[in-house]
Amino acid sequence: MEEKNLSEDLFVIEGCDNADSEKIARPQTTYWKDAWRRLKQNHLAMIALVILLLIVFFTIFGPAISGYSYDKMSADMNQGPSAKHWFGTDSLGRDLFARVWVGGRVSIIIGVVGAVITTVVGSIYGSISAFAGGRVDSIMMRIVEIISSIPYLIVVILLSLMLDDSGIGSILLALCLVGWCPTARLVRGQILQLSTAEYVTAAKTLGVSNWKIITRHMIPNTMSVIIVNLTFRIPGYIFSESFLSYVGLGIKTPNTSWGMLAASAQSNMFFYPYQLLFPALMIGLTMLSFTLFGDGLRDALDPKLRR
Amino acid sequence: MVKYVAKRVAYMFFVLFVVTTITFFLMHNIPGDPLTALVQKLPEQTKANYYAKYGLDKPVYEQFLLFLKGIFTEGSLGESIRYPGRMVLDVIKKYAACSGQIGVAAVAIGFVLGTMFGVISALKKNKLPDKILSLIAILGVSLPVFVVASVLQYIFTLKIPILPTMGWGEPKHMVLPIICMSLSPLATYTRYMRSSVLDVVNQDYITMAEAKGMSFGMIVRRHILRNSILPSLTILGPNIADVFTGSFIIESIFSIPGLGSYYITSVTDRDFPMIIGSTMFYTGIYILSLLIVDILYVIIDPRIRLSETK
Repeated sequence: MEEKNLSEDLFVIEGCDNADSEKIARPQTTYWKDAWRRLKQNHLAMIALVILLLIVFFTIFGPAISGYSYDKMSADMNQGPSAKHWFGTDSLGRDLFARVWVGGRVSIIIGVVGAVITTVVGSIYGSISAFAGGRVDSIMMRIVEIISSIPYLIVVILLSLMLDDSGIGSILLALCLVGWCPTARLVRGQILQLSTAEYVTAAKTLGVSNWKIITRHMIPNTMSVIIVNLTFRIPGYIFSESFLSYVGLGIKTPNTSWGMLAASAQSNMFFYPYQLLFPALMIGLTMLSFTLFGDGLRDALDPKLRR
Repeated sequence: MVKYVAKRVAYMFFVLFVVTTITFFLMHNIPGDPLTALVQKLPEQTKANYYAKYGLDKPVYEQFLLFLKGIFTEGSLGESIRYPGRMVLDVIKKYAACSGQIGVAAVAIGFVLGTMFGVISALKKNKLPDKILSLIAILGVSLPVFVVASVLQYIFTLKIPILPTMGWGEPKHMVLPIICMSLSPLATYTRYMRSSVLDVVNQDYITMAEAKGMSFGMIVRRHILRNSILPSLTILGPNIADVFTGSFIIESIFSIPGLGSYYITSVTDRDFPMIIGSTMFYTGIYILSLLIVDILYVIIDPRIRLSETK
């Protein structure tokens, strides 16, 4: 065999230093930063976010801006929108601009607080059920099954009657007592699915402690599902509240909410359509914005959709 | 299959019983009872007689046993206290027919149109049809039904009076309520179908079918529809029940003599036998629709074995 003259110096590494190969050249991003960046690119979701912030701003400061008290009656009855009363007045001469925002407080508080409470309770219940497994799991899930076999609105109606004082608290309680079931199911399913995932099995094989698996893998990976679920539930609660108030089982006068404003405007809709327009517009706009924002959030948080 | 269905039906009755029990005791804890308004000014003895007549003087558990006895021996759910002479079962039969006609039509229209819209929307992703349909879907999800109903009523009463906005009896009375009620299911199904069709179109078997030279229509019917309809079916069951219970508002706005508005009235009247009867009816419908959907599942997707879905 002929030996070629290949000396050592012919094999020199050019332009690639070994020490640098593991270096991360770009600034590191966390999962949340990355999600926020993707969310910012979604114009619809950002518009929705701005609208939501505006609505929240007005529900906080709107009544003060209007310069009227929401329950003060006056002789200017059923007036259309004008410079004096921006949204007009209702059949008792109360300023609708003030009333719409005061009503918005009730609706938004019920929507957000209700969604947060049920999500937290549902997540805890669902994860306990998934971790416990076996008999505990099947009993816990049977309970959920029975509770969710009762039509939602029927329970809410019966509970709100039983609690009877018709404040925000009792409506929230009625909505929350049954509302946590879907979240519990969702979280349980997600955790069960995760616990058979390869990386969790790998972590177990490597001897990672249970606690660390939970904090490192389970919570971050269920978080996105839970948050998205939360955003979609808020409009649901706003709707449930307005439904209850609409049929007369919700908030009682002189306190008000968007549902109640819409209900009281319904009766003289043909004469004073603007009275229905504003509360209806607010309910619609809020629910629409939450839905759009939730859509954007889902796309931003779901790494599976990443291209 | 038969065994599974029998098991499910038995389970259904168990749930129905639990719900009835819970409701019965909940109901009796509501402040006020059906006779409060009626007997306010009557002398004590007459009052007591009234309560005794309807068994309201007995302890709650005894009333519950009597109620159960009534169901099993006479097949009767009792008689309305507020309107003596009206049997609960007759009232449900009469009024549920109205609600049922609108409800079933609304869900059917919503399901069929929503499925179609979803498929079109997914196949034309990011093109004009998709954008229009997505807009409709998002409006349908976020507009409360009473707003839609009021707007429709306003338009059809004042601007183009071609359809009646109130009343009941002729088919034309049903048009507007059905439109209102089908909007939300329509939007929900469009959204569900769109995302699941988008999942399915990238599967290998679709490419395979295309490679075989299968026509586009065939691919949509045979492969895409069948594989992507499952998520929509999951929510069909709850949806049927939602339409029934959600009909309260529609019925009151369009003055339809349906069970929904009757239910609300009986709740505010504390008409105990009516409340418990309608609650049982609603729950029954709800559980039944869940069962039907589970069976449909297996018919559409043979991969799902019944024993697993248990």
